Amino acid sequence: MAILGSRVLRVEDPRLLTVGGTYCADVRDRRLDGAVHATYVRSSVAHARVTSVDVAAARILPGVVDVVTGADIDLAPMPGWFNPGMVRTHLACDRVRFVGEPLAVVLTEHPDQGEDAAEAVAVDYEQLPTLTDPMAALTSEVKLFPEVGTNLVCEFGEPAHAGPDALDGCEVVVRRRLVNQRVAACPLEVRSSAAAWVDGRLHVWCSTQNPHAVRDALASLYVVDAGDVAVVAPDVGGGFGAKIDLHPEDLLLPWLARRCGRPVRWVESRSENLLAMVQGRAQVHDVAIGGRRDGTIEAYRLSIVQDAGAYPGMGVYLPMLTRSMAAGTYAIPVVEADARAVVTTTPPVGAYRGAGRPEATAAIERAVDLFSAEVAMDPAEVRRRNLLPRFDEPLTTPTGETYDCGDYPAALERVLAAAGYDELRAEQRRRREQDATLALGIGVSTYVEVTAAPSGGSEFARVEVRPGLDTGAGIDSVDIVVATGSSPHGQGLATAFAMLAADELGVALERVRVLHGDTDAVPRGSGTMGSRSVQLGGSAVRGAALGVIQQARKVAADLLEAAVDDVVHDAAAGTFQVSGTPAVARTWAEVAAAAERDGKPLAADHDFQVSRPTYPFGAHVAVVEVDTETGDVRLVRLVACDDAGRILNPLLAHGQRHGGLAQGAAQALYEQVAFDAHGNPLTATFADYPIVSAAELPSFELVDLETPTRVNALGAKGIGESGTIGSTPAVHNAVCDALAHLGVRHIDMPCTPARVWRAIRETGRMSTSGS
Amino acid sequence: MNITLSVNGEERSTDVEPRRLLVHHLRDDLGLTGTNIGCDTSSCGACTVLMDGESVKSCTILAVQADGHEFITIEGLAATARRDNGDPGALHPMQQAFHEQHGLQCGFCTPGMVMAAVSLLKENPHPSEADVRLGLEGNLCRCTGYHNIVRSVLAAAGELPESEEVRA
Repeated sequence: MAILGSRVLRVEDPRLLTVGGTYCADVRDRRLDGAVHATYVRSSVAHARVTSVDVAAARILPGVVDVVTGADIDLAPMPGWFNPGMVRTHLACDRVRFVGEPLAVVLTEHPDQGEDAAEAVAVDYEQLPTLTDPMAALTSEVKLFPEVGTNLVCEFGEPAHAGPDALDGCEVVVRRRLVNQRVAACPLEVRSSAAAWVDGRLHVWCSTQNPHAVRDALASLYVVDAGDVAVVAPDVGGGFGAKIDLHPEDLLLPWLARRCGRPVRWVESRSENLLAMVQGRAQVHDVAIGGRRDGTIEAYRLSIVQDAGAYPGMGVYLPMLTRSMAAGTYAIPVVEADARAVVTTTPPVGAYRGAGRPEATAAIERAVDLFSAEVAMDPAEVRRRNLLPRFDEPLTTPTGETYDCGDYPAALERVLAAAGYDELRAEQRRRREQDATLALGIGVSTYVEVTAAPSGGSEFARVEVRPGLDTGAGIDSVDIVVATGSSPHGQGLATAFAMLAADELGVALERVRVLHGDTDAVPRGSGTMGSRSVQLGGSAVRGAALGVIQQARKVAADLLEAAVDDVVHDAAAGTFQVSGTPAVARTWAEVAAAAERDGKPLAADHDFQVSRPTYPFGAHVAVVEVDTETGDVRLVRLVACDDAGRILNPLLAHGQRHGGLAQGAAQALYEQVAFDAHGNPLTATFADYPIVSAAELPSFELVDLETPTRVNALGAKGIGESGTIGSTPAVHNAVCDALAHLGVRHIDMPCTPARVWRAIRETGRMSTSGS
Repeated sequence: MNITLSVNGEERSTDVEPRRLLVHHLRDDLGLTGTNIGCDTSSCGACTVLMDGESVKSCTILAVQADGHEFITIEGLAATARRDNGDPGALHPMQQAFHEQHGLQCGFCTPGMVMAAVSLLKENPHPSEADVRLGLEGNLCRCTGYHNIVRSVLAAAGELPESEEVRA
């Protein structure tokens, strides 16, 4: 069966297209009958002592069942990642540290009543100075956690020091501060969860990327056995990393349910989501790149300051990935990277598509372009001269990361050819000679990233083969159930894993059903994040399928009255036969029925384990047009070559690449979470946050490349985040390239019209009238 | 206030508060949860339904304003196609196109996107790619990057260019 590698339409689609998905807010379950609705009361200031929270007026409003403040909560607070002293309580108690931080919650019969009641809670604040700039936070007298005494959460590596460094002795050195700005994940489905205690068990529904982690976290927090916690991830409307962590609002629901003796449901508003869901990126980079005039790069240094937001979480771990991937695709002999994470009076930072790796690529790709400009060489040519040559054996970089395999020069050449790079440069020259108002910019990036980071991982699968229940499907029908610990939220894994099982077993795709997102039905799992599910989850499915084939061979041997060793499974025919006598065969249906009669239904578990991550790579070319009079930037073309090893289903892989390309381009051109000097959010609704729409983007041009990995038998690397990682610097470089002839050296992302216009004016080369 | 709407061909009468939004009425009073809420500023379009044949964002319509009008939600879309061609299993051509072109991933924006697309083609049966992109500016998607959504709409219109832009 040649189904693997072919474009198979999704099994998930019919339901989603006809009745729509059942997202957490849509769940109807008798265990949630009579639920109250939770509405959080949130801080309206960025940094303050909370002197009083008056709930009296709220309590008497219609439908209010209860009002809870931080003082009421008796749950163990959450220690900060890498700095346990930076503690967060589930509801703020005597101090708030970002606008939007929850400090009370009202429970009402209907959600509308919750909005009304939340407004009636009166909070008195004694305001404190705010810190929205991570660089200022490093040295500021203002401390978010006075008991800790510093805003520095943690440090990785040796910080850069004044004086001689690795770049001394280079003919050419460029140093620059770059900002990798904070962005919002913006899944279309906001956060939502529900909790109910039923007969001593805690039942939770949560819009999460990892139901098993939710189960374990709640079991720990509420001091109950994990077996007494049942978590369901219903259909999840996007995660992008931001739904990996549990937020306090989710963690608190079981406590509220216990307190009021009723189930509790919570659905936030988009405004709350933009205030209080973990946000992405937020790194400041000091890059230094040095080499020779002939274009050879000899040394690169990256100093990272990670803005952790108000409470250190996943965001302070991500710079470790940025550091480890700092060398990128290049054969630079000396690469050094260090990182410091610091708290600020802003929302906490977490994982967002790429999670630490886009930052590494953005830094080095911009640095390579700055170096190219300094040595007056074409940036594609500089890359050619410095890329690591093709390698099929593991290769360790100066940062200690061991890449599995890669062919970076092939990716670069393919994307340049597909883009028509030479023609683009010629068109750019023509426009410059004519002093065209619409400047053309061409940006190149090469990237390598790490999936199933930092060190591989494990995933569970079970494959069951049952005689078919649907008699209309024929007497030879079987029903295959695949249970996976992966937790898809748009990736199409039900289709991908059905393909894997169907291929291995030799059954029709339509006979396979994939089960996920229910911790009672699937005993363990690692969830879906970090582009791990095909390589880990898919490998587990394959392993379980092989296991069930072994069981089936034994049953078939009895039916065929042969020795097990003489029984072969013919995947193409979907039968079991005695080796050498294909006419004497048993079908899956016959074997499954026999196994049921024996009281041992065919079912195999597999825990796939691998201790190494994989390293997808690629190269992107972006073409932009910049109106030098208005600063407006239009992305005209985005050409992307992405190599993720062997591709299971190109339909799904291309979809993942498209989504990543859009998010990456959006960061370069439009999106930014912004605050004023007092820490007030300026982008807290979709009317203000410039989430990218179809009107801003072109159709993408994809170039395929497959360099299978040997890390797993599928040959698969991850694909979900690659698009984001390569596109941001390609688009960013394109904008800077468009204006290079006017003397603009760099513009920080996002390259908004205002920034572009200002950068052009600051060179003094164009009059303000633009004529 | 008592209101009566025709929803997916059925008359539905309910008592609602004057401030009730149509999207909440559809989802919570009528149980049609296919239509989703993605924002609070009428920016995202996840709530798009057809009102008297034209797309509207149901978060910007009060239930009391909807009184007396005809609505089609995603749950009722396929039936409008089946009425026309008699095949009980058929999807509406737009639904079929989204399936064939992989125009959805998590599915959250999809009902609104499909309804907006149906209305777009009714207004402009032969749109260019630029027409589609501008026409869908009010429908946000975070998963697909819009590439395959645009292809889906062009395919439904019979305007899809021959070649798929992928090279090896």
